[in-house]
Amino acid sequence: MLKKLVLGAAALAVAGSMIHVPTASAEDTLYVPSLSYRTGPFAGGGIPFANGFADYLNMLNARDGGIGGAKVVVEECETGYNAQKGVECYEATKGNGALVYNPLSTGITLQIIPKAPVDKIPVLSMGYGLSAVAIGEKFPYGFNYPTSYWNQMSSILKYIDQNGGIKGKKIGFIYLDVGYGKEPIPLLDQLAPEMGFEWVGFPVGVKEMQNQSSTWLNVRKERPDWMIMWGWGAMNPTAVKEAAKIKFPMDKFIGNWWAGAHADLNSVGETGKGYLAANFSGIGTDFPALQDVIKHVVDAGNSQVSSKDDVGNVLYNRGLFNAVIVSEAIRAAQAATGKKSITGEDMRLGLETFDLSEARLKELGLEGFTAPIKASCADHEGGGSVFIQQWDGSDWARITDPIEPMNDIVRPLLEAAADKYVSEQADWQTQTCG
Amino acid sequence: MFYREAGQFKTTYQADSAKFPIFQDKLFIWIYLAIGFIAIPLMANDFFLGAIMIPFLVFTLAAIGLNILTGFTGQISLGTGAFMGVGAYACYKMTTYMPDVNIIILIFASGIFSAGIGVLFGLPSLRIKGFYLVVTTLAAQFFLEWAFIRFEWLVNYNPSGAIEVPQREAFGIIVTGASAEPVTRYLVCLGIVVVMTWIASNIISGRIGRSWMMIRDMDIAAELMGVRPLHAKLSAFAVSSFYCGVAGAMMVFLWLGAAEVESFDYNHSFLVLFMVILGGLGSLLGSYLGAAVIWILPVLINATPRFFGLDIGSATVQHINEMLIGIMIVYFLIAEPHGLARLWAIIKQKLRVWPFPY
Amino acid sequence: MELLYNIFIDPFVQMYSLPDFFLQVLWEGFVAGTLYSLIALGFVLIFKASGVFNFAQGIMVVFSALTLVGLYALGVPAYLAVVLTLVVMYGLAFSVEKLVLRHLVNQPDIILFMSTIGLTYFLIGFGELLFGGEPKAMITEELGLPTGDTVFDVLGGIVVIQHIDVAAAIIAFILIAGLAIFFNKTRVGRALRAVADDHQAALSVGISLNQIWVIVWFTAGIVALATGIMWAAKSDVSFALEVVALKALPVLVLGGFTSIPGAIIGGLIIGFGEKLFELYWGAPLLGGGTDSWFAFIIALIFLLYKPEGLFGEKLIERI
Repeated sequence: MLKKLVLGAAALAVAGSMIHVPTASAEDTLYVPSLSYRTGPFAGGGIPFANGFADYLNMLNARDGGIGGAKVVVEECETGYNAQKGVECYEATKGNGALVYNPLSTGITLQIIPKAPVDKIPVLSMGYGLSAVAIGEKFPYGFNYPTSYWNQMSSILKYIDQNGGIKGKKIGFIYLDVGYGKEPIPLLDQLAPEMGFEWVGFPVGVKEMQNQSSTWLNVRKERPDWMIMWGWGAMNPTAVKEAAKIKFPMDKFIGNWWAGAHADLNSVGETGKGYLAANFSGIGTDFPALQDVIKHVVDAGNSQVSSKDDVGNVLYNRGLFNAVIVSEAIRAAQAATGKKSITGEDMRLGLETFDLSEARLKELGLEGFTAPIKASCADHEGGGSVFIQQWDGSDWARITDPIEPMNDIVRPLLEAAADKYVSEQADWQTQTCG
Repeated sequence: MFYREAGQFKTTYQADSAKFPIFQDKLFIWIYLAIGFIAIPLMANDFFLGAIMIPFLVFTLAAIGLNILTGFTGQISLGTGAFMGVGAYACYKMTTYMPDVNIIILIFASGIFSAGIGVLFGLPSLRIKGFYLVVTTLAAQFFLEWAFIRFEWLVNYNPSGAIEVPQREAFGIIVTGASAEPVTRYLVCLGIVVVMTWIASNIISGRIGRSWMMIRDMDIAAELMGVRPLHAKLSAFAVSSFYCGVAGAMMVFLWLGAAEVESFDYNHSFLVLFMVILGGLGSLLGSYLGAAVIWILPVLINATPRFFGLDIGSATVQHINEMLIGIMIVYFLIAEPHGLARLWAIIKQKLRVWPFPY
Repeated sequence: MELLYNIFIDPFVQMYSLPDFFLQVLWEGFVAGTLYSLIALGFVLIFKASGVFNFAQGIMVVFSALTLVGLYALGVPAYLAVVLTLVVMYGLAFSVEKLVLRHLVNQPDIILFMSTIGLTYFLIGFGELLFGGEPKAMITEELGLPTGDTVFDVLGGIVVIQHIDVAAAIIAFILIAGLAIFFNKTRVGRALRAVADDHQAALSVGISLNQIWVIVWFTAGIVALATGIMWAAKSDVSFALEVVALKALPVLVLGGFTSIPGAIIGGLIIGFGEKLFELYWGAPLLGGGTDSWFAFIIALIFLLYKPEGLFGEKLIERI
């Protein structure tokens, strides 16, 4: 017994001492770590996103031999949506020449943002994380293309305004009771008097995600005209089911872009018919680029998707869109530096200079997939438009054109938030944009 | 043979009741300290320091804290995560108000706040025992988690609801924030943990520690013999929460750099309890061993396929990891319910008599 | 003054002025209460018969629901899938006894408790490996469970009653009644009670402990499956469901760890209390979200007065 234990421990110790992290990456590869979560309570959102991200980059490898002649190496590191694991993944992969981090969790993003300027690796938190990184002067290494939570909220409010007016209405805001869900509250506070609406918050604790009956009883008591949801994971299907239970009109219930995936509504089905959600990436496989992904990666058996039907679902396409931004930024960086294999600093430059115009989207085979994004030094969130999609009982359908956010109102708020963040940090590295 | 105390004579009572009465033990401790303070900082890379050693030290301190309560006083607690959170938020608030005070002092001071909260939630332990007490400590856990979210004052009204660690210095060296060198953070952690282990071992062998152990072994008997349960239990809660609070402040300031409420959720309470039980209830050494096994082993398992170049999906590795941890816990409980510390005692005994078993 | 008004008067004014809503709150509290009782029941069964505080009950709920949905996805008809899931749960009970419990006889409670947490980790990894981490829809309709709702016009308003909630309550009560009969009237049930009273005495009259443990773990598995179906029908089958089991802990404390009626009454108290507090006090005064801790705090306060729970066995301490 004891002998076995000692031997086992010794073997482990030997194995442990042999593990080293390879430091130099080979010539002409582009190393892109993917902090994914395929396990844990939020796996339902993490899996399709990670698949879309990896599949697009692998498609570029298979179809074009990489980006600008350099192969892309995607290495997944499992975080389980856990902040501690996220830091572990960051430390484990940053030494391999990581170009950019896509943490896919607000908690992990917040931890990495201060490290980014020190390690000179940019962080691209696509539509999540700290809204304030949109201010490029203050956050040279933070990016949140295509838009921040605050901009998204302003687009949603605009949609409500266009559909029956918002003045004098009561808006219910149901949110996951963590940093992510609370992020848009300052914007609601700011806009409520300006646009003339009243809002009520309904927090849902992480442990109560699947036990929302009291939350929705509260909604019934407050009788809001519209409901907006900042949800994630198991919270979304539960909320839609509970909304149906209190007979809340589904077409007055809008989820944000993390509350409008196929995984969320599949288990709701017909009950959720009419439910709305914001989105910024195209739905379905009806794009040449997605056909290429299917041809080169999925049919070749190199994808982790469990069935071909999963390709083209909302979160798969979102992950793919993330990969598109990464690959475009790499191209821009390669063009700017003339090198095939670039560094994190070059990548930062690429993320500030790429231009995903209509024409470029068409070239990529993604015409109409999303609103164009023009990167710049000062504006780290690009265009910022979202569209609204509706659940028809079995699938999502896009029902609006991209809705421009209220940049004029949101931008000063973002600047104030960025100033506040920077003022609390000593020696924070900023930049001036010409 | 290697561990023979023959020939080591003690001539004073002090020498006889020393922390490490045997020469070999003293030697080992000095070697370990030398490895910890000199060899590791010289040789280790950022990954080893940042993802293995610092978390290991943080969890060791938390495990020592819980061990004081569970191992030495016999009160099972599942509120460790929340008490760590109290320490972290207290440290954050203090450094906001007093940015120029040495951060290491503040990390220690934050323990005082969690000790206070710990005493408050320890009050029911005077009437409630066993698994009923487990549930009341879970009440502390959930209530505090909710309070961390609801009272935005705790995070300086940050819209993200997170602590973002500012850059702070101690003795002119940057200790916290992103520009702090991992080596610095590691050495600070190690220093705090070593000092606090030393303090803990002295408390435990003193009058207070003995009264805790009497309460653990049989509270009614202890009461009859003049140990006041009120003092003993509440002091155990206070000291334990103090340790957990310091560990929490270390976790956020020296390891993570930013933290949301999830960093203090009930899973951490379980994790630390595992460390204590696997390491050995009522053993300081056990706290180190337990933290090492529970924290480092999964990191190694995660790194294994990468090392051998095997193409296994990261998710599969994680699944296997969870299964292995589960199996390992059950296996250890069956093989050695007294924990790794007991295993070490057995090894020590074997080394002492080796090569002749009798 | 206004605070006092909000605490002591306003909630009752609201209850009186919106009676239909109050009725709805009570109904939701009742539904939640029955579900809490169901989970608590799983804990009580095992604790009563083996003194093991089975933390794995939560993951057993997820695991059984996943197995059911997984089997159905493989093309097994719904009812057959239920039967097969029960077979799987029996297999689980058998292996737990064979591989874990048997080796831990006579260990302190805390060790047994920890071993069930080990089991939890194993089942999480195993379940995800087998079924993947994606959330799945519960096959509510295929199992013949009702899905619609009925709207009653009462007291000048409406009360909506979900058919699935009614079904859940009925199933819960059938299960509880069945277990009560099983415990009181059958031979195995008597043996179970004997084991609960005194392990050694039970052994000496020829009751096989091992067999009894398999039976209680299997019974807890059946309860887990029922719980899993009911909870998953309200949202979906995913690993996040595991945390609902934590809600059973305050229920257990209120009712006492060894009492089946205690589990039911405790569940109902928590169900009603939580909903009433959140709606009339928590949301208006504390910003909402209080149901994550309210049950625990009730349990804590309650314990201070009655440390062994409502129906728990009175502790007699001696030296």
